[in-house]
Amino acid sequence: MSAIIGVVTFPGSLDDRDAARAAARGGATPVRLWHADSDLHRVDAVILPGGFSYGDYLRCGAIARFAPVMETIADAARGGLPVLGICNGFQILCEAHLLPGALTRNQHLHFRNRDQRLRIGTAASAWTNQFLPGQEILIPVKNGEGRFVADSRTLDELEAEDRVVARYIGGNPNGSLLDIAAIRNEAGNVVGIMPHPEHAIDELTGPSLDGLGFFASVLKHLAGSSVRMAANQGVAA
Amino acid sequence: MARVVVDVMLKPEILDPQGQAVANALPRVGVTGVASVRIGKRIEIEFSGEPDLEQARLVADKLLANPVIEDFTIRVEETAKAAAP
Repeated sequence: MSAIIGVVTFPGSLDDRDAARAAARGGATPVRLWHADSDLHRVDAVILPGGFSYGDYLRCGAIARFAPVMETIADAARGGLPVLGICNGFQILCEAHLLPGALTRNQHLHFRNRDQRLRIGTAASAWTNQFLPGQEILIPVKNGEGRFVADSRTLDELEAEDRVVARYIGGNPNGSLLDIAAIRNEAGNVVGIMPHPEHAIDELTGPSLDGLGFFASVLKHLAGSSVRMAANQGVAA
Repeated sequence: MARVVVDVMLKPEILDPQGQAVANALPRVGVTGVASVRIGKRIEIEFSGEPDLEQARLVADKLLANPVIEDFTIRVEETAKAAAP
């Protein structure tokens, strides 16, 4: 049986359907999760998709963080459940303190929507083990509040612990500090990324197929670990 | 009846591009000599009974402000009208 990837839908989620489709294209079985349902339905991994959860009111991700499903996901993530937050999902992970730092208004105040080159920083995560460190990929970026900020001590830690998962190259689209596009937690099971791998899985609609590597990575990660059990235990928490 | 007012501001070291954009527009309304503009949020919380500063502080700390990038101040503000339900 293929691994089951849950994709959460919040009110205002936009890319949940694309994320589920990308997970399926990557070889997983996607399951849709609902923000108000705290049950993770025995999924092996979770994607928090892009969009504007709860209208982005107050701050992006600030209200989604307190959704019933997020409490379960936070507990399970601490137990090793692979979680990928894309765009708004990255913002939610920062608000939930599962990742450090915050995403703020783009430095130039413009929404940026374009194909973006990235350089993979570390392959040591559940979502990037199929890439090579230093590898260049091309996937779409689209955000208005994607500027990663953190204090200098946190930035030093991210660098020292090899937790920068990807950086912008060929132009920083939002003024993100250290050109950071994606980071991971200490354990490597939680990754937040501002650009959109789920939009780069099909030649017809995407600029490349580079996004597939993220979904292939988590399948490889799940096949090679007992995370599945940990994840299912997390559900009961 | 009293309300609790929470003011949320970006920390001084966090870039505020909105404030910069407003500052850049000031000469167009004929105002010069402004060094900087910073934009924050004001949140008014009306309690149905007595204002509970402890709870307001909890709300401000957990939800209204993100301590990574923002500071908040909190105060009770007496309202003129006594229109308690």
